[in-house]
Amino acid sequence: MATPLIKLDNISYQYEQTKALTDINLTIEEGDFLAIIGPNGSGKSTLLKIILGLLKPTKGDVLLFGKPVNQFKEKERIGYVSQKSNAFNTGFPATVEEVVRSGLVKKIGLFHRYPKNVQKEVRQALKSVGMENFANHNIGDLSGGQQQRVFIARALISNPKVLILDEPTVGVDSKNVRSFYLMLTHLNREHKITIVLVTHDVDAVSKSISHVACLNRTIHFHGFKNDMDTMSDEQLEAWYGHAVRKVEHRNEVQV
Amino acid sequence: MIESILRYEFLQNAFASGLIIGVIAPLLGVFIVVRRLSLIADALSHVTLAGIAGSLYISQSIGALALLNPLYLGIAASVTGSLFIERLRRLYKHYEELAIPIIMSAGLGFGAIFISLAEGFSSDLFSYLFGSVSAVSRQDLWIVVIIAVIVILFLCIFFKELFVLSFDEEYAKASGLPAKWIHVLFMVVTALVIAGSMRIVGILLVSSLMTLPVAAAMRISKSFKQAIFFSITFGELAVIIGLVSAFYLDLAPGGTIVVTSIIILLLTILSKKWTKKGVLSQ
Ligand SMILES: Nc1ncnc2c1ncn2[C@@H]1O[C@H](COP(=O)(O)OP(=O)(O)OP(=O)(O)O)[C@@H](O)[C@H]1O
Ligand SMILES: [Mg+2]
Repeated sequence: MATPLIKLDNISYQYEQTKALTDINLTIEEGDFLAIIGPNGSGKSTLLKIILGLLKPTKGDVLLFGKPVNQFKEKERIGYVSQKSNAFNTGFPATVEEVVRSGLVKKIGLFHRYPKNVQKEVRQALKSVGMENFANHNIGDLSGGQQQRVFIARALISNPKVLILDEPTVGVDSKNVRSFYLMLTHLNREHKITIVLVTHDVDAVSKSISHVACLNRTIHFHGFKNDMDTMSDEQLEAWYGHAVRKVEHRNEVQV
Repeated sequence: MIESILRYEFLQNAFASGLIIGVIAPLLGVFIVVRRLSLIADALSHVTLAGIAGSLYISQSIGALALLNPLYLGIAASVTGSLFIERLRRLYKHYEELAIPIIMSAGLGFGAIFISLAEGFSSDLFSYLFGSVSAVSRQDLWIVVIIAVIVILFLCIFFKELFVLSFDEEYAKASGLPAKWIHVLFMVVTALVIAGSMRIVGILLVSSLMTLPVAAAMRISKSFKQAIFFSITFGELAVIIGLVSAFYLDLAPGGTIVVTSIIILLLTILSKKWTKKGVLSQ
């Protein structure tokens, strides 16, 4: 079998006060579409930050494309959309185009300016999130959901092999959520982009995903999306902390 | 005016350094403002004061060093201060702004000690505090030129990276940029610009040349490119008008440059209001 794109080996993470993750083992193969679900505070964002090398695990190893995360230099192969899209400075004087093209910063490298044809790539990326008419708008003048879509375009522009998305559809309206998931499905199935998605909309994504990981400090279930349906309601409740509806889309899934 | 510039070397020095500073201070200032580091620039200028005062005291008490250019120690103090601020910001992670009063008072404290140790350089000191049209030497001009080359080089290498870092620090780190190093370099370059601009605008007003033109530019800019363009334009305008009026009215250029910047800022605020009204009435 090919080397997994992402491999977490016995990861634990401790913030100053809280133990956020304990003994996480997770393997993500090329082409997977993994949804990570879990209640608030279950460590989903922490887990993504560890994969990205933003946080250093207290224990355990992270391998990206077979290499330890701190030696992995081709970060442009990983696209990331963080949970708090409003972590950026509102009022920042920048256009949507300037923000989106900044997704190429690592690929282009030091010294070099953005190439002349970058505008075309920007339009392409904006088009895939339905924002092609906003290239010259000031980023601060957009609504939260529109900004979020711009950040998704920024993650897409470098043609990443893996997309890591932390609740990317928060604040995006339901019509655009649907088209966004269609777009992810397309990227995953046609362009073979591996996707790791943290979400609470289990229902909305269930048609698209291939795998599910249920997280609450530790992984309670990880496997094919179909196999999750064999979990009993009691088991689900046990890890989620409260009752959830089981996702029933068995007939529509084509894994 | 042109005639006097051609005639007097001191005016050439002042105008040439002024024109250079009018570009590099607001250019770096754009990043300082969007990263919310404006007050750090102020803290650093006070540290520069300590270096300058220390140097003036040393040249007064040690005969062999009488001709030492105070800018050197000023630059050294400013760069050291910038590195200390970084350390402190990391120590007080959740109260990053605490580094500013700490460094600022340290700078003023040392400055006050050196100033009182060496009595009687008040006219010199005045020119360092508020800038001077007549006190800029050829050597000062060369120092400014070297600093400008460093700034331009730094921005040529790191412009894209600085944009990402300023806009969204977490994303910069996730993209694998050496965010920490770029930031430290940025602080050092900022310290250099502050020390270099001080001869013209003066220690107490140096940070305003980095922030006021940017504040005005941000009122009317939609893109980052525009913000940079207008910041430099306003900075140059303030320096030229400020220096000319300082020369004719025999005023401290720090004062005239800053007041000009304030007027430009007010005009941009008003013009924005007027255009908005115009749009509404259409
Ligand atoms: N910067 C931090 N410092 C200290 N503790 C933190 C920090 N970030 C998160 N935590 C703690 O770690 C735990 C996991 O947080 P995390 O943000 O990973 O949860 P999450 O699953 O993403 O939650 P949500 O669904 O709300 O986004 C929480 O208990 C939280 O209190
Ligand atoms: Mg989260």
